Amino acid sequence: MVKEIERAGIPVVHMCTVTPISMTVGANRIVPTIAIPHPLGNPALPAEEEYALRRKLVSRALEALTTEVQDQTIFEL
Amino acid sequence: MSYRVVHYINQFFANIGGEEMAHVAPELREGFVGPGLAFNQAWKGEAEIVATIVCGDSHFAEHEKEAKAQILAWVKEKKPDLFIAGPAFNAGRYGYACANVALAVKEELGIPVLTGMYEENPGADLKDKILIVPTANSAAGMRKAAPVMAKLALKLMKGEKLGASCEDGYMPNGVRVNFFEKERGSKRAVDMLLKKLADKPFTTEYPMPSFDRVAPNPAVKDLSHATVALCTSGGIVPKGNPDHIESSSASHYGEYCIKGVEKLTAETYETAHGGYDPVYANDDPNRVLPVDVMREFEREGRIGKLHDYFYTTVGNGTSVANAKKFAAEYAQKLLQAGVNAVIMTST
Repeated sequence: MVKEIERAGIPVVHMCTVTPISMTVGANRIVPTIAIPHPLGNPALPAEEEYALRRKLVSRALEALTTEVQDQTIFEL
Repeated sequence: MSYRVVHYINQFFANIGGEEMAHVAPELREGFVGPGLAFNQAWKGEAEIVATIVCGDSHFAEHEKEAKAQILAWVKEKKPDLFIAGPAFNAGRYGYACANVALAVKEELGIPVLTGMYEENPGADLKDKILIVPTANSAAGMRKAAPVMAKLALKLMKGEKLGASCEDGYMPNGVRVNFFEKERGSKRAVDMLLKKLADKPFTTEYPMPSFDRVAPNPAVKDLSHATVALCTSGGIVPKGNPDHIESSSASHYGEYCIKGVEKLTAETYETAHGGYDPVYANDDPNRVLPVDVMREFEREGRIGKLHDYFYTTVGNGTSVANAKKFAAEYAQKLLQAGVNAVIMTST
């Protein structure tokens, strides 16, 4: 799906936990996330810390969207 | 006496003309035309093209029913032992015509058929129904394709048993044949691993599907004036899953308005996904679709706007073809809505 969005001309960032799959399907901007059932959260953390973590991850995704890339790039947190 | 073959080609390979002549109606010529020569030479008299049918690619696409009926009538009259079409390389309409004419000849006249084209040619969608030899993506690949097609064609005419697709050079057609390997699986796996570790070539017994590539789009210049949309394959839907998106092998996607929604809550949203433990996502759906954080970024002016709609489906056993279709469709909606960037989340 990321590839079809990219093909339509819209820059897209893929936030996912299993980054090798993201590489295989051909996402160009990738942000690794926490876990399969809660990519953008961690239920083990207190609510405030969990929110801060999510904020950091999405912030990284926005940075990825504003970064020029030539090839598939993983933006580690 | 040699076997009789009828060959199908388009206006280009018949030297009638290119795109400007693609409208020409079907025409029957005696003997071989153009690329048919390569087949005749390869058969060395064992088989021969007795007639060639030429049809413009656009004509076939626009008058498929009539063109097919005419072609079938001619093929029937010529009583060939084989019908061969193309090869079409990466010419889309030509490939479509070759595959569909061949299928009609096979099904309606019961004559063996064969065609050839590039693997990504839309005509290759029929590879499970007719034999298609994979070729290069341009006519420069004729020299390589002709002997493979000619050899396979002879086998078909002689009624010989076909080998596996990798032996006889046709596209895998989904037919599985049981056989006994000489070595047991564990030994084959270790042999393969040793070759891989030694950087030596090896052949997999289970090829992974291949994925095409799309070049990255330029970065967003100014996020503070950009509209950013959220999309997910994690199955987040309004509570109750109003559009009944399937928990696996989804047949559709959902488009939901989040205008005025500050964050997703357990009371209003949930996941329809059946491929991961839904407890955490149901408890706080922002863990999959981060609406809460995006709203905060919107208030802070970090992004111009969170798009009013999000697009969602369940990426659990969902076919690549369906996923592709969903996203190709909603990407156009995003474009029309002036969305500048997308965050896609996956579980």
